[in-house]
Amino acid sequence: MSENRQPLLEVSHLKKYFSASGGGVVKAVDDVSFTIYKGETLGMVGESGCGKTTCGRTAMGLYKKTDGQVLFDGQDVHTLRGADKLRFARRAQIIFQDPYASLNPRMTVADIIAEGIDIHGLAKDRMDRTEQVYRLLDLVGLNKEHANRFAHEFSGGQRQRIGIARALAVHPEFIMCDEPISALDVSIQAQIVNLLVKLQREMGLTYLFIAHDLAMVKHISDRIAVMYLGTVVELTRSERLYEKPLHPYTQALLSAIPIPDPEVERKRQRIELEGDIPSPIDPPPGCRFAGRCALACDRCRQESPALREVEPGHFVACHLV
Amino acid sequence: MGETLLQVKDLRVSYYTYAGEVQSVRGISFDVEKGETVAIVGESGCGKSVTAKSIMRLIADPGKIKEGSSITLDGRDILAMSGRELRSYRGAECAMIFQDALTSLDPTMKVGKQIAEVLTIHGMATKREAAAKAVELLRQVGIPNPERRAQEYPHQFSGGMRQRAMIATALACGPKLLIADEPTTALDVTIQAQIIDLMKQMQKELNAAILLITHDLGVVADIARRICVMYSGKIVERGSADDIFYRPRHPYTLALLSAVPRLDLENKEHLASIEGTPPDLLKPPAGCPFCTRCKYCMPICQEEMPESTDFGGGHQASCWLHDPRAPRVDAPLYDEKEGRV
Repeated sequence: MSENRQPLLEVSHLKKYFSASGGGVVKAVDDVSFTIYKGETLGMVGESGCGKTTCGRTAMGLYKKTDGQVLFDGQDVHTLRGADKLRFARRAQIIFQDPYASLNPRMTVADIIAEGIDIHGLAKDRMDRTEQVYRLLDLVGLNKEHANRFAHEFSGGQRQRIGIARALAVHPEFIMCDEPISALDVSIQAQIVNLLVKLQREMGLTYLFIAHDLAMVKHISDRIAVMYLGTVVELTRSERLYEKPLHPYTQALLSAIPIPDPEVERKRQRIELEGDIPSPIDPPPGCRFAGRCALACDRCRQESPALREVEPGHFVACHLV
Repeated sequence: MGETLLQVKDLRVSYYTYAGEVQSVRGISFDVEKGETVAIVGESGCGKSVTAKSIMRLIADPGKIKEGSSITLDGRDILAMSGRELRSYRGAECAMIFQDALTSLDPTMKVGKQIAEVLTIHGMATKREAAAKAVELLRQVGIPNPERRAQEYPHQFSGGMRQRAMIATALACGPKLLIADEPTTALDVTIQAQIIDLMKQMQKELNAAILLITHDLGVVADIARRICVMYSGKIVERGSADDIFYRPRHPYTLALLSAVPRLDLENKEHLASIEGTPPDLLKPPAGCPFCTRCKYCMPICQEEMPESTDFGGGHQASCWLHDPRAPRVDAPLYDEKEGRV
């Protein structure tokens, strides 16, 4: 199935290291590879501090990479300059996690949404600009009376809609959604996810959907990458991941998610993970998960496992699979 | 039926702001029996945290618990307590754990000392005994190397460990009631599962009642025996966990349940979202607060708040649909055959 699909974003062996303040190196993203095909949604899940946001931001060229390569439609994102870079910025947009911090409090909603339109010269004149803003507000379920208000006058869900309108204003092909629903209430989350799915269908958008809520990620994604401490440990189609998780971390993660059903919860057997996620500063050699893994053997502590394709389209980084 | 421990009757709490009176909690009543777990579920702004704070008498200006409200624990009137009585009540009889463990722990005090402080203040131990007990408590809540950890500051702890330390502090004096206000919201799922298990285990050991405040229906399904669903300052539905999850009788509960995507079910394309937003509590609606977002809204819903209807076994919902005069709705509020919404 993947042969006739066209890759849009190709990330290969991407690394992003930061130097920690007390010495040492934070290996936030350590040798991550994945491909996102046109029109699909790749979900990226993991616990806080696993490097999913850093990975996304580095792939978008917001952070300088330490090593590796990111190709967007065949072009290296990190070497783009001038007009090419501007063109990339138009084609690839971001929706941020915090709808309170990502909207400029001093700008009106119209100006926030139209900033990209202005920068890329997408409006013929002022009238056209206003028309476009109204159309975008309508598209995301707000109305034109909202155009001259400020961000603080809106609720969290409405702000996230403004963030989505801003991303859509420049007709992007690719949107990185960085935890777009984490800050919202359950009933509002469903509204935003439905909106994202609808927009994808209508405009043929491609998403990188980063979140820690696995249930929501499963709902929206075609394929899912599970990250742990800077590395991708498992990547496969979303149904497959839930049917047959192969990596011990994925199994534990799935079993930790509470299911809103008392009967199921009573019968459930949890795989308990001991301890916390270790620090990504100068991680020990071997598998990153070895310290918390019940199945870890000597090989796991010495040699770090590569991401292998164990069945068509199902990649796992574990010695034991 | 067990013995009633906490009884809240017609609780009303308002915040008097420059913009006017924000009616956060608008007349709610519920009780918690000894040793059981009751959950209050609702979205942000529904008044669930204000309810929790009222029970601890932590409502600060410009907030006020209004006349006519009543809260009793083991028969004692909490609202009539003096400052001195409150000091011995808080921590010893009723303890609270908060969502954000980092801001709730004192950053300038060693963790062991914070736990020991609770014991010395309540006169339950001398300084030396309290220090030893603090280490023991840290061990009980599953913190490795408790002797060394007791000498560390909160910032040296991870999120999950801070929450464990806070649970240790709350349980130090063996309270009868533990109020947990979104105890796992700031934590990752694998850590959340650990903390929930810890709470269950501690509850068994101490036989304390837990009042769990959360927005996460998954967590509730795991731990709660009875559930109150709150919406804009009112309890719209209450019942056992099975009542709420399998036989919801209020459209809001139903909508809330169907808005959550589930791992164990097939992927659906469209999530049943609840359109619109909750009402402004500066001007609370005269009728049912959910009416503007409700699929089944009738004219009466906008005018008058429905009485609660009893379905037996403590299952109650406040909705006009259950009035004998109401038309039968096409979509049943729950499916008897399926046993699930």
